[in-house]
Amino acid sequence: MKKIIKYIIADILRSKIIIGYAVLLLMISLTVFNLQPSSGKGLLSLISIVLIIVPLISIIFSTIYIYNSREFIELMVSQPIKRKTIWLSFYMGISAAMSLAFVIGVGLPVMIYSCNAIGILLIIVGVLQTLTFISIAMLAAVYSKDKARGIGIGVLIWLYFSLIFDGFVLFLLFQFQDYQIDKLALILTGLNPIDISRILLLLKMDASALMGYTGAVFRASMGGQAGILTGIVDLLAWIGIPLWLSLRKFGKKDL
Amino acid sequence: MENLTKIVKPIILILSLLLCCYQPGMAGIIKVTASQPSFSIQQALNEAQPSDTVLIGPGQYKVADLQVNKPVSIIGEGLPVLDGQHTYQILSIHADNVKVSGLKLQHTGISSLRDIAAIKIYQGKEIVISDNIIEGAFFGIYLSKASRCLIENNQIIGQQQTDQRSGNGIHAWKSDQIRIIQNRISHHRDGIYFEFVTHSLIYKNLSQNNLRYGLHFMFSNNDLYIDNVFGQNNAGVSVMFSKYVTMIKNTFRDNWGDGCYGLFLKEITHCKIYGNKITGNTTGIAVEGANRMSIELNSFSENGWALKVDASCLMSRVNSNNFTRNSFDIVTNSSAVAGNFDHNYWDKYEGYDLNKDRTGDIAYHPVSLFSMIVANNPTTMVLFRSLMATLLDKIEKIIPEFTPVSLVDNHPLMQALPI
Repeated sequence: MKKIIKYIIADILRSKIIIGYAVLLLMISLTVFNLQPSSGKGLLSLISIVLIIVPLISIIFSTIYIYNSREFIELMVSQPIKRKTIWLSFYMGISAAMSLAFVIGVGLPVMIYSCNAIGILLIIVGVLQTLTFISIAMLAAVYSKDKARGIGIGVLIWLYFSLIFDGFVLFLLFQFQDYQIDKLALILTGLNPIDISRILLLLKMDASALMGYTGAVFRASMGGQAGILTGIVDLLAWIGIPLWLSLRKFGKKDL
Repeated sequence: MENLTKIVKPIILILSLLLCCYQPGMAGIIKVTASQPSFSIQQALNEAQPSDTVLIGPGQYKVADLQVNKPVSIIGEGLPVLDGQHTYQILSIHADNVKVSGLKLQHTGISSLRDIAAIKIYQGKEIVISDNIIEGAFFGIYLSKASRCLIENNQIIGQQQTDQRSGNGIHAWKSDQIRIIQNRISHHRDGIYFEFVTHSLIYKNLSQNNLRYGLHFMFSNNDLYIDNVFGQNNAGVSVMFSKYVTMIKNTFRDNWGDGCYGLFLKEITHCKIYGNKITGNTTGIAVEGANRMSIELNSFSENGWALKVDASCLMSRVNSNNFTRNSFDIVTNSSAVAGNFDHNYWDKYEGYDLNKDRTGDIAYHPVSLFSMIVANNPTTMVLFRSLMATLLDKIEKIIPEFTPVSLVDNHPLMQALPI
């Protein structure tokens, strides 16, 4: 397993795309911090970027990578190695490389310019975000044989989580605004890894805007240490469940 | 030269002689000490002649509703403690020209029926209340039908109980020309409460951690408050049903929570709000039904909503303010808001200044679509800063459809004003 992971990491790092990704993130972060007068505001802009770019790149890159490694996977499967091991090694290899790129691209500037609780939370959430979307990408890749279709599904999933889902939430909230829907809103956000990350970060920094009654409900259930933990557990579920599903599918798949 | 000294010497001599003979008002001093319980403060007050001084020595005095019926000065030496034993009012003033200074008043009774206070002025002129400490009182200082009074340098700390079991720090009713200067008030219902109070000044006070408002105006006209700090009150500061109230250089900060405002204005006319700092409130300034109000040179920063303006406001001016780091700058409940919002600095402004006149060349619409959505349905706040919300705002900026067209800054500043 270790060998496969090592090989995958080396392979990804050689491909230069990941280096480009790290450099892109680094440039964005440095620009954002240097442009804004206060590091707090820089962090705020960075949150929006992390919540849009990181999922997109993670999901597309990993889908493409899985499809491109098709022959390699077939070769591995013909060896006396468990399929589970192969699939998990792929996941870990891609995750390690992508997380490394994220930590270099965003983690370093944050550590330099705004090393506080919010900054550290941003790095943690960003890494979890990366892991989640790689996991979702692998699920998408395992279900579709056709490469173009697989990538299409990946992009669609990203679009769904970052835009369509929120539109749906907005619609629901307006349809049911005569009822007590704060709890519903809370549960709904848990169903979207991007939303839950955003709210975790916002409760830490933009708390004043989130006040109001809903804000109070959110703070009560998400604000404290327990809330952050709940959010992180939710994100871990978002990593674990798709990965488990894809693992099951891959185990029985007719390559 | 010698001539001059000859003339000056006798003059000085005569003057000094005169000074020696002169005693101010020929007033007597009556001393009360804690070691002599047979001679109480009330007895001293009864014996005192007008313009006498009652000097209270250090120590603990258990008192019950001391009556002041003549113009005397009540002065504490070494901060004597007058204790109302959780039952009584402490000082009742029914005369003019009374001075109360250097006392520590504590533990009044609680009665909403009688409005028990540590110091209560029933009617009087030219009363000075200075340098006292008032602790655990129902009402701190209560003025009714008072005029030309000075309340200075007192420290008033309430007992921090529920709204019903707590009175106001400084309460003025039907009074005129009151000066409230450099007091520190906390843990009362309202820090300072004005009802039918006119021509008064509130200067350099600190009012914080109160259960309701830091400062509360009702039906009080022609008043001025300058350089006060109002922080961490449950509901901020409220000015209602008043005319010609001027607010200058005050700080409204950290008024946190639902239904909580830095400054709440309701049904006011001709009010001026200049040079204030409004920082870290859920809502910075909320205005309902204001006429001819001007908000100028203030700095709004780090508020949830910097300014809430209802459609019921007429002819208001919001000019030359700084809006920085607020989650939302302006929110309103209607698409028709009348007023002038020019020459402000908005940190969310994205325009340019080609002709270098320091104002942006394209107008700025400070109300975002998302803020209107949130105003309609607060739960949608869960989508704050999501891609969805950002997109909605951007589309609305390009094709304004829902946000008020009249609420516009035609000359937004490119740089923040030094406030």
